[in-house]
Amino acid sequence: MGLELDFSVVLDRWQSLLDGAALTLELAFIAVICGALIGALGAIGRRGGNVLIARLCGAYVEGIRNTPLLVQIFLVYFGLSSLGLKFSAFTVAAVALTINVGAYTTEIMRAGFDSIHKGQIEAAEGLGLSKAQVYWHVVLWPAIERVYPALTSQFVLLMLASSVTSQISAEELTAVANYIQSETYRSFETYIVVALIYVVLSFIMRLGFWLLGLALFPRRRRLGTPL
Amino acid sequence: MNAHTPPPVSAGTAPVVALRNVHKSFGPLKVLDGVSFEVARGEVTVLIGRSGSGKSTALRCIDRFETIDSGEIEVCGLRVDNPQLDLRALRLDVGIVFQSYNLFPHLTIEENITLAPHSVKKVPKREAKTLAARVLEQVGLGDKLHAYPEQLSGGQQQRAAIARSLAMQPKVMLFDEVTSALDPELTGEVLKVIEALAADGMTMVMVTHEMGFARGIADQVVFMHRGKVHEAGPADILSSPATPELAQFVGTGL
Repeated sequence: MGLELDFSVVLDRWQSLLDGAALTLELAFIAVICGALIGALGAIGRRGGNVLIARLCGAYVEGIRNTPLLVQIFLVYFGLSSLGLKFSAFTVAAVALTINVGAYTTEIMRAGFDSIHKGQIEAAEGLGLSKAQVYWHVVLWPAIERVYPALTSQFVLLMLASSVTSQISAEELTAVANYIQSETYRSFETYIVVALIYVVLSFIMRLGFWLLGLALFPRRRRLGTPL
Repeated sequence: MNAHTPPPVSAGTAPVVALRNVHKSFGPLKVLDGVSFEVARGEVTVLIGRSGSGKSTALRCIDRFETIDSGEIEVCGLRVDNPQLDLRALRLDVGIVFQSYNLFPHLTIEENITLAPHSVKKVPKREAKTLAARVLEQVGLGDKLHAYPEQLSGGQQQRAAIARSLAMQPKVMLFDEVTSALDPELTGEVLKVIEALAADGMTMVMVTHEMGFARGIADQVVFMHRGKVHEAGPADILSSPATPELAQFVGTGL
């Protein structure tokens, strides 16, 4: 028996695949934006003077880093429904992914903040900048620039990991694939196509972050050297 | 150049900087042990002494980068030892330049200089840029507006850091070993800028190991030893020290 591949029945469903891919990107987009915000705040909280806040941020990070994403998704899913709150699978998926990526981003941002030399902060304070101004101008942006490659990887990883949300029937790409293969019995072909679509999505994301980096970091654009 | 001559110390005007019986410890280590000295308007005070003698700490206390345990520090009429001190007001009056330049690496030289005037003093962007061009011209870096710090030599970076401080138009400038990381040639170009500032009548307090320079520029030399002002006076004390400790220090320093 040789290997017989028939992609036609899979490719016939290109509209569903496209919808799934779009939903995957949408999930990733929401989780990245919200997660980046949580990550920046979490890192500030973890490094700040308030011990209680620092501990809470630390517990959040450790809690997420030491449990599987799928379990986190189920916790959000069943947690919300046992509270009597009904949300769509998409919303639950977005919330769970945000919580997950927020924790990893907290750690990455913390490393970025830690890389800013104390002398930088003193120079800014010596010029009369307020604490918030120092954080914004002298700490946050150089920190982001330093950890930008790590952030990009983490965010692409999140997009790929969003396939797990098919388990709660969020209609993203992997869920669509499951559906197509059960209808067509062309499982291998379906997942080959889906894998290729994920590669394209990763590429689109990396391209997007590269362009964003050019816009955000003019020094890097001009000199091409790491900060 | 403004044609203003520094008023004599005896003119009865309040000193720009005054330390009175300042004590400061880092844990069990006593760093400042009753330090007192005054800096008059337009005067250059040079703090000298061995590493660990407390001179850098004394300088940092003036700009409240360190808080003191007891004593008084007064700068431009502000009580720096007051816990309720308006830090922003203090730092508008005081400019500080560090050994390691501390330019912001992600910003151009122009952005380094306009940041504080624009965001602290609310100077409009265009005016701030004019100001940046002027202070850069003053330190001989008129052509480096759009360069990034890493594209400059150490001496150029330090001059840009001085320009950044000048753009805030401080009443007194503090220099913390600003040439210690530079080779003799680059040291020379930075010292020239500081000399020009002194000639312009800027009030300055500087920690330095450049004894020849100190002799040439100082109105007052403060020799610190083991957390105390061991000997102080006009630059002449470097040539004819009264204490064996200063004699030994100057002897090895030359």
